[in-house]
Amino acid sequence: MSQAEAEPARSRNPVRSRYPMRPRHPVGPRTPQRPRSPLWTLGLLRSEITTLLRRHRTFALLGVLAAVPVLIGIAVRIETGGGGGGAGGPDGAAGPAFLAQVTANGLFLVFAALAATLPVFLPMAVGVVAGDAVAGEASSGTLRYLLVAPAGRTRLLLVKYASVLAFCLVATLVVAASALAVGALLFPVGEVTTISGTRIGFGEGLVRAALTALVVAVSLTGFAALGLFVSTLTGSGIGAMAATVGLLITVQILDSIPQLGAVHPYLFSHYWMSFADVLREPVHWDDLTKNFQLQGLYVAVFGSAAWARFTAKDITA
Amino acid sequence: MDPNDSAETAGEATGTGAGRRKAARYIVPVAVAGVAAATIGLVPALANSGDPDLPKISAQELIEKIAASDEEQLSGTFKISTDLGLPLDGLAGSLVPGGAGTGDKDGGAAAPQDKLMELTSGTHTLRVAADGPERQKLSILGDASEYSLIHNQGEVWAYDSKSGEVYHAEAPKGREGGDAKKAPKPPKGAPATPKDFAEQALAAAGDTTSVTVDGTAQVAGRDAYQLLIKPKQSGSTIGSVRIAVDAENGVPLKFTLSAASGGKAVVDAGFTKVDFSEPAASTFAFSPPKGAKVTEADELETGRDEHGAAQKALPGQLAELDGFEGVNVIGKGWTSIAEIRTPGGKGLPAAGSGDVPAEAQGFLDALGDKVTGKFGSGTVFKTRLVNALLTDDGSVYVGAVTKDALVRAADAAR
Repeated sequence: MSQAEAEPARSRNPVRSRYPMRPRHPVGPRTPQRPRSPLWTLGLLRSEITTLLRRHRTFALLGVLAAVPVLIGIAVRIETGGGGGGAGGPDGAAGPAFLAQVTANGLFLVFAALAATLPVFLPMAVGVVAGDAVAGEASSGTLRYLLVAPAGRTRLLLVKYASVLAFCLVATLVVAASALAVGALLFPVGEVTTISGTRIGFGEGLVRAALTALVVAVSLTGFAALGLFVSTLTGSGIGAMAATVGLLITVQILDSIPQLGAVHPYLFSHYWMSFADVLREPVHWDDLTKNFQLQGLYVAVFGSAAWARFTAKDITA
Repeated sequence: MDPNDSAETAGEATGTGAGRRKAARYIVPVAVAGVAAATIGLVPALANSGDPDLPKISAQELIEKIAASDEEQLSGTFKISTDLGLPLDGLAGSLVPGGAGTGDKDGGAAAPQDKLMELTSGTHTLRVAADGPERQKLSILGDASEYSLIHNQGEVWAYDSKSGEVYHAEAPKGREGGDAKKAPKPPKGAPATPKDFAEQALAAAGDTTSVTVDGTAQVAGRDAYQLLIKPKQSGSTIGSVRIAVDAENGVPLKFTLSAASGGKAVVDAGFTKVDFSEPAASTFAFSPPKGAKVTEADELETGRDEHGAAQKALPGQLAELDGFEGVNVIGKGWTSIAEIRTPGGKGLPAAGSGDVPAEAQGFLDALGDKVTGKFGSGTVFKTRLVNALLTDDGSVYVGAVTKDALVRAADAAR
């Protein structure tokens, strides 16, 4: 509650903080603004999200993500069409997880596509959007205009992060929806055999698929916060994107070196594949919980670092 | 109030020292990281410190408790870490007939023996569920995959979600369900539940062994007594065996086997979560998914034979071991040593004899240590638990004993 009351005063920080004697809780003309303030934040968020989603670049990113399940689906279809339809195809052991089950049940294309896109495509798209969030505005010279509006830097940063999170969710859902459509089109759907060997109905299977997409979206939040922090460090949008994606690749490499096993549990990508545990019966929550905790830690550390940097830095562009 | 507000309030109040104030904001992320690090460091320590306060109990009573335990319904998560200290990790799997890594098509990838052998190295998470003697399930959780072994009223199914392959066998009729569960398990050395472990350890007891109750512990959120089993004889590589037994119902919850040389436990297997209520019936229901390749057990026999033949054709010493003359056990208890005489009367090919390429000879030498004694000379192959002495005249001495004990045994046998 005190948070909400403090907001209007704080929002003026970049402009007003030069006047030390300003009363903390404003009176008189500012009072009417208070009830409007939450809606106003929503307005800022809405405009931020629509701006993001209307960009050509965002369309291109989502298009690439939507194409991945199509490619996988067609490839699996061609492969098994020639090979007599056996599930144990030549690539049963290699390749992304769940590929073997796709021929039997199209719903598994959702999981296969998420498993294929999660290591690289999804975080790369998120890295581009997160890295561009603040640095892109700075490099195109629009950041100062955003700050002139009585929004406050903290709130602008929160809104930026919220829009990046929205992109995480949208990107994941695009992959899942595209995979579901392709899977239903090319392969039979029906009762789902979980990886524990038990069966669940198709409806429950859909629920699990949605849950999986949600888990994948949450898995990206830590990386998104990291990208936002990098974005506040530089005034170059391209630089921030490159640095964010570079960090992603570095961490993925570190995660694959067995000698560094001691640091693996602290790398943001280490528990990403735990989304597959949703498909066990009963759901195995241990690694999922660790994943959520780790993402929360990254959000807290890099979110606050981004805040420390962004609220303190000189905006020159 | 979040730190944000206070920082800004301070800023507004002073209006000076802007640089310091800005730098001070970085305290927030550093503090968050610090608190997280402290939490990660402290929480396990705090969780471990609270050993439960249980009434005193003698070792005899505790063993009886285990024997009397008749819990037939349980489900839980089980973690097993094995560090046998093999010269080359994974070598064991490839040497053991039908071992891991032979996911080839002749045996059917879903056959249980192959999979269970994987448990003998590394760390694995398992899920177990049991409902009486007729229904059990064991799942090995892998990366985005799972290997399930299901016994449900006379039928044994194995399902490998990675390859989508299914293995099916009829459980032998007229037998106890418990035996049927054991049937698909590896011959020995890879026990899968604490109960099996405990039974093996207790069978080795006698005047050679000290069995005591060593305090209490919390395992999988349950109060447990710790049964400590130690060899009284010297020369064994086994330091101690520790079994945590549920104080309430006597079910063994955790098994730890430590080497005499210290270090990480050789085998550390225990429940991380356990529930003694009836598992859902659907847990044990299995029917092969559409399009899955199903291998029947009797089909597999033919494949197994081919596999075996290939194994026998393996050139060199390993195949020769198949036709050994006899096993002679020296000593007793923990320090018993198996003496095996190979028919050829010929040990490892001596260096320079021309039997083996120089590279292979070097490889063999790198795996073992050369030893000499009254018996002649030979090579000792060491793991953390089991050592083997292969003498140049073709005898093999194997046991969970130190190198010196092996040499003494070889000397005595001369």
